[in-house]
Amino acid sequence: MPPLETPSIAWSLISPQLILIGGALALLFVGTFLRGYRIGSAYSAFTVVTGLAAIVASAFIWKRVSGGHGEAQPAVADALVVDGFSVFFTIVICCAVVVGALLADDYLRRERLPGPEFYVLMLLSASGGVFMAAANDLIVVFLGLEILSIALYVLAGYHRRRGQSQEAAIKYFVLGAFSSAFFLYGVALTYGATGSTNLGSIASFLRDQTLTEGVLLGGIAFLIVGLGFKVAAVPFHMWTPDVYQGAPTPVTGFMAAAAKAAGFAALLRIFFSTFGTNRLDWEPIVWALAVLSLLVGSVLAVVQTDVKRMLAYSSIAHAGYVLVGLQAANDRGIAGALFYLLAYTFMILGSFGVATLVGRRGDERHHLDSYRGLARSRPVLAFTFTVFLLAQAGVPFTSGFLAKFYVIGAAVESQSYALAIIAMVAAVIAAFFYLRVIVVMYMAEEDGQAELPRVAVPTGAGIALFLSLGFTVVVGFLPQYVFDFARHATILHL
Amino acid sequence: MDDFPYLTTLVMLPAVGAAAVTLVPGSREKAVKAVGLLFALAAAVVAVAVLIEFDTGRGSFQLVSEHSWIKAWGISWKLGVDGISLFLVLLSALLFPIAIAGPEVHRDPKGYVAWMLLLEAGCLGVFLALDLFLFFLFWEVVLVPMYFLIGGWGYERRVYAALKFFLYTMLGSALMLVAILALVFLHQSATDTLTFDLVALGRDQSLAENTARWLFLAFAASFAIKVPVFPLHTWLPDAHTEAPTGGSVILAGVLLKLGTYGFVRFGLYLFPEAVVDLAPLFLTLGVIGIIYGALVAIVQHDLKRLVAYSSVAHLGFIVLGIFGLSSQGLQGGVLQMVNHGISTGALFLLVGMIYERRHTREIAELGGIQKAAPVFAGVFMVVMLSSIGLPGLNGFVGEFLVLVGTFVTHRWWAVVATAGVILAAIYLLWAYQRVFHGQAEGANATFPEMTMREKVVMAPLVVLIVFLGVYPKPVLDRIGPSVSDLVRHVEERTDYRQPPVAAEPTHGSHDPALATEPAAGEHE
Repeated sequence: MPPLETPSIAWSLISPQLILIGGALALLFVGTFLRGYRIGSAYSAFTVVTGLAAIVASAFIWKRVSGGHGEAQPAVADALVVDGFSVFFTIVICCAVVVGALLADDYLRRERLPGPEFYVLMLLSASGGVFMAAANDLIVVFLGLEILSIALYVLAGYHRRRGQSQEAAIKYFVLGAFSSAFFLYGVALTYGATGSTNLGSIASFLRDQTLTEGVLLGGIAFLIVGLGFKVAAVPFHMWTPDVYQGAPTPVTGFMAAAAKAAGFAALLRIFFSTFGTNRLDWEPIVWALAVLSLLVGSVLAVVQTDVKRMLAYSSIAHAGYVLVGLQAANDRGIAGALFYLLAYTFMILGSFGVATLVGRRGDERHHLDSYRGLARSRPVLAFTFTVFLLAQAGVPFTSGFLAKFYVIGAAVESQSYALAIIAMVAAVIAAFFYLRVIVVMYMAEEDGQAELPRVAVPTGAGIALFLSLGFTVVVGFLPQYVFDFARHATILHL
Repeated sequence: MDDFPYLTTLVMLPAVGAAAVTLVPGSREKAVKAVGLLFALAAAVVAVAVLIEFDTGRGSFQLVSEHSWIKAWGISWKLGVDGISLFLVLLSALLFPIAIAGPEVHRDPKGYVAWMLLLEAGCLGVFLALDLFLFFLFWEVVLVPMYFLIGGWGYERRVYAALKFFLYTMLGSALMLVAILALVFLHQSATDTLTFDLVALGRDQSLAENTARWLFLAFAASFAIKVPVFPLHTWLPDAHTEAPTGGSVILAGVLLKLGTYGFVRFGLYLFPEAVVDLAPLFLTLGVIGIIYGALVAIVQHDLKRLVAYSSVAHLGFIVLGIFGLSSQGLQGGVLQMVNHGISTGALFLLVGMIYERRHTREIAELGGIQKAAPVFAGVFMVVMLSSIGLPGLNGFVGEFLVLVGTFVTHRWWAVVATAGVILAAIYLLWAYQRVFHGQAEGANATFPEMTMREKVVMAPLVVLIVFLGVYPKPVLDRIGPSVSDLVRHVEERTDYRQPPVAAEPTHGSHDPALATEPAAGEHE
């Protein structure tokens, strides 16, 4: 019997994944022994350290694979590829872990949901996202997608005593499973058309011959459906408002940041790189998705009175902007999409961070009225939220403005003027509902409503908000380094 | 001191001031105002230093400070001043301290002063930016403080007015950003350099005629909303009326100028051909604005709304001067921007003082104030006459140059616009008559006289109104060369030639002796 042949594994290149998974397992293991002890913020702190360790590991890998002299390296045979692109997304997702864990710390104690499982799920979910970013095989993309999603389904229902949370979990699970099926079917059709699930092989196959039959088109379409669901692009967005509203608020923040980033990592790599030769087939579809997401997201957000729901719709619109970058299908567009996702991660986590605090015990005060007079009772918190909202609206000297500028610039460069104008108009519509929250915080009249208890700002959440605020503002003034980071995070073929 | 970064300091000072103000405890209202005023005055001092350093004979950009900022996009922090922006900068540096110190602030002075200073930084940035990206940043960022000033410190319908102001203006800039990007990338494909530098983009570009027209219209949409040019003016009466006094002063005095300045600096410079082609359209809109604004102003019951509509009319004159495309007209247009800032700013301050005393702006409820407060009435009259354009006061010089300059290039528009001067006399004199003359009844009989502080606030404005009316030469000498350069820039790139008679200041820039001749103005 011949010895079983195992693939060569470059362990150091997948160290971020290993750190995340290792951290999760360690937490699970230790957690079983510590049940019943008062552990304070230890779990959260451990998660933050794990996330930071993964970021540091990524930084080392970045030096090896990016820039002018670096090149893509296979990690596990040809199934994983480590290039600037995958490292970029690893860092984005790990940032979401760090900020998300900081936000969750006090939240879990406040809602009396003890135990390390929350953080275990968060780390596992992140590892799935990181696998997706580095996947060089459609099957691995699917594996990553499932690891990411299943952990998120559980997290969405983590608030055991809230019906809404349960509802969100069920909805997310049913629709998510459905979309996974679409994705799998897309993989099957693509395999049927090209004879491989390996992204590199598919690309070289498509370079060599022109396919005219519809099997590949079907595959492309189904892949778009599956990934479009994950990134919450219209018309695959139906789950988003309910799930974002129902899930525990820190989970919503993490989900909005990490799941979207991972989904886009796969989407950008598969379409821009692998199906690059078939650009003319998918560009119109992406164009339509972008326009729909921008307009539907912005317009429906205007009529929301629940802040979490409003942010959900606004995150749909944000997906539209990233799609604008993909649609441009040039280097600037991809770099713009990456920059957008990084900036968005901090903006959205910060926004949901504020919503976590204002939601107060029970996680239920998310109506616009709960923000009434926040500027008086908590001026710094109100100001912080204002910055996040203005950044999302794309006001200058914030990272959000530069993100929009980058993707719209890419669209103009590729002469998609109509799309650029639609994107800007959507930004104006969006500005309306961001301003509405600001109006409530700063300018609303006293209406004799029973005073709500003053919003508490615990340390962990404070650090998380400070980090997000710092990133949003500092990058708004000095974007050069982050621009370069996004520009050098190119997708490379094996 | 040659290399001292005057302009960067000028933009940064108010921004630093805003940060400093937030550090002062909010309970100490006097200290808050003092710190804010200190920084605004410091900026004014720097602005005066810029005036002193300014080389009068030159038309090009001076005191340029340039630092590479975002290399990947060819974006730099580039500021510079020329004759066109110089006096707008000075105007801003003058009006902001007045807006901070002048009017009473009834709640949270800390926020008010901080937003004012940020607004100042933004406005100065717009006037000084020579990089299109930087310009757009400042252009957009101006919205935020103004939004908060209207929404936070305004009158009854302030939230509505603030939102309308923000969305209206943002919609305009949405198109402009796309146009800026298109311009830059078209320039890149023609020259292989990616740059947002205004001078480079204006100097060597080769846009197809149709493309240039579309791009200009996209820019123009943004500027026209800000000015506002006639059909796009509906946000203005609301914003002006609901804004607090200081906000109105800045809105009318400085913010509206951003639009007209944009037309001059970016419209004429970047798209000369399109401007020449589309000039009749904008001249017509300008004239409609003059007549329409005046007619609507006549029938207003609210004194503040009346002044707001008078702005629409006055800005029409400036648009006329710009698109008349003659050196004289442009010079008059730029001068009129400064004049309008001074006199309308002063009018809003005075209306604010009336409101403070009587808690109404209804013209019908006022009357006979002159007897109770003669000094107040006197100051109001001087300011009002300047706004009408009485010879000897500043308004006349600008309007006259505009009309003369437009007459030689676009005769019939100038003829119709002249009617606006008469209409201005009607609505302002009539308003004055109703408010100040007649029998004073009730509270009007005990209308308090101007306080010392109010006199101090009004004094520089009144002095300037008279000074610029009698002796505008120092200002015109500095505006002239830049305007001539701009018109020559347009002529070099199009078939358009201005009639020699309208080009008077052009000769001046070649021969300094002639440049000292005050433009037409008082003699004719």
